[in-house]
Amino acid sequence: MEILLAIIVGLLYATGIYMMLRRSLVKLIIGLILLGNGANLLIFLIGGLVKGNPPIIAEDAHKMEGLYADPVPQALILTAIVISFGLQAFAIVLLKRAWAVVQTDDLDLMNTTDQTV
Amino acid sequence: MNQTLLILPLLWQMGMALILIFCWQRPQYHRILSILGNLLGVVLSTLLFVWVSGSGIQVMNTGGWAAPFGISFVVDRFSAVLVLLTSIAGLAVSVASTTTLLGNRIHFGYFPVFHFLLAGLTGAFIAGDLFNLYVWFEIMIIASFVLLSLGGLKAQLEGAVKYSTLNMLASVIFLTAVAVIYGLTGSLNMADLSVKLAAVDNKFLVRIAGIIFLVGFGIKAAVFPLFSWLPASYHTPPAPVSAIFGGLLTKVGVYAMARVFLLIFPDDPFLNNLFISVAILTIVAGGLGAMMQQNIQRLFSYLIVCHIGFMVVGLGLRTEAAIAGMVFYMFHDIIVKTNLFLAGGLIYQIEGHWERRDCGGLYDRYPWLSFILAIPLFSIVGVPPLSGFWPKISLILAAFDLKQYWVLGAILLGSFLTLYIIGVLWIDVFWKHPKKVEDREGFLYYKNMSRKDKLSMVVPIVFLGAVSLYIGFGAEPIQRLSQQIAEELMHPENYIRAVLRP
Repeated sequence: MEILLAIIVGLLYATGIYMMLRRSLVKLIIGLILLGNGANLLIFLIGGLVKGNPPIIAEDAHKMEGLYADPVPQALILTAIVISFGLQAFAIVLLKRAWAVVQTDDLDLMNTTDQTV
Repeated sequence: MNQTLLILPLLWQMGMALILIFCWQRPQYHRILSILGNLLGVVLSTLLFVWVSGSGIQVMNTGGWAAPFGISFVVDRFSAVLVLLTSIAGLAVSVASTTTLLGNRIHFGYFPVFHFLLAGLTGAFIAGDLFNLYVWFEIMIIASFVLLSLGGLKAQLEGAVKYSTLNMLASVIFLTAVAVIYGLTGSLNMADLSVKLAAVDNKFLVRIAGIIFLVGFGIKAAVFPLFSWLPASYHTPPAPVSAIFGGLLTKVGVYAMARVFLLIFPDDPFLNNLFISVAILTIVAGGLGAMMQQNIQRLFSYLIVCHIGFMVVGLGLRTEAAIAGMVFYMFHDIIVKTNLFLAGGLIYQIEGHWERRDCGGLYDRYPWLSFILAIPLFSIVGVPPLSGFWPKISLILAAFDLKQYWVLGAILLGSFLTLYIIGVLWIDVFWKHPKKVEDREGFLYYKNMSRKDKLSMVVPIVFLGAVSLYIGFGAEPIQRLSQQIAEELMHPENYIRAVLRP
């Protein structure tokens, strides 16, 4: 399972970067979304995978028994998902607006602010 | 004293943003509320600074959960001074934002978002937890996205696309580094990490995590290969927005680097050399880039890049003298860069365009204004009594002590390039005979502005100029403060003890 997830994380990062390097605005957004998901899965994977033992103390016990799932990475992922959701929503609106104003979705043609003269 | 008061400057900025959101329908009150709020913010952060410099590092654990289990906010001298400078720059920019030039941006929530940006900055400076730092970074960048694109001009949107893409990428990289660190140690509290990371056997993985952090923060701080988003976007929004960006956003990246690499990561010569090489290239690239700019605000943007190198080089040298120089340079840079962009905005309002070569004769027409504008321009060069001079002494001495002659050369070259650039700018804008440029139809020139608008442009420049003059002429207490901070940063034991409290 770890190996499979590691491969998926790698694939998500790779495709994310690849998509960001394309010239289209839409692919840029897709790239950002894939990267964000890759990072979230990485946190999930790196926190250790434990199946079927949630970090809940049994009613008749005072402490946790055995190997239990670490709740911190899940809290981190939840926060990161919410944040990236907000950012991506903003980015989509921004790119739509940019497309409407600049009249192109080719990033190579959005260079007027980079020109020296 | 009650530790919860520690986050009062932060809570106050968030509260201000909420109050302003509730007055959304009455934008006429936004200006005055924002100025009053920032005045109180300066008072609160001054009190925080006095408190921390009197009784040492202060820690607040949210919900009473002891570190490393709860989320801690930690204020040491470095954080306290940066919070204070943030509120000072915030005050100046909120005065500058009261001009009518911002148009109907105020109706679309300019001021609430501005206060969210200040809250994000303050939070990032006092966070004692790596993931919490990430969250404040996100609050900060989303507020900055909105400020950058508010207004919706073509150039703004083009700049915002590059700015937001690269900053979101930087956040993902930062998050990746946090994940790796968590996997290595199982902790996120910075003080706890400092102890645990030193005990990790797999030094190679620690170094890899360091490099990921360097790339993530490097994009935010605009160091050498990663700075292209900065000159593409910083000149597009109105001058007050550029001012708060130029003054604080890149510095927060440098702050995060200083925190992470001086506190959490053990001393690693490879990383230090990486820092030094990146910094040298940043200084040279920024300086050479600025030389060929015609647009005044873009020229200042490249100068930001150039001077970020001075701070990063201090991190790479990693001696007390170098860190003191870095810290002092950061204080000077926050105030002066904010002022510089406001000054650029004033020049734009007088001339009606950004082109350096079409300007001229400002000294003839506005001798007093020229004198006021000379303060930030020559502070950034570091002409001796002004503020940019003193930190460079510490940096150069540190480079001499370590026999790092490349660093020495880069610092001197960077200073020289800055001198050349500002000199040429001074000749172009202030001394040269003005070129005949057609008056722009419908443009509000400075000479036609109302008295209130003129004051709102000039007062913040005078105020920040006075602060940078204080830094320059009262350099001794600030140098002493920087040395204390450097000592704190180089010996994190006190920080760790204050947080983990055995």
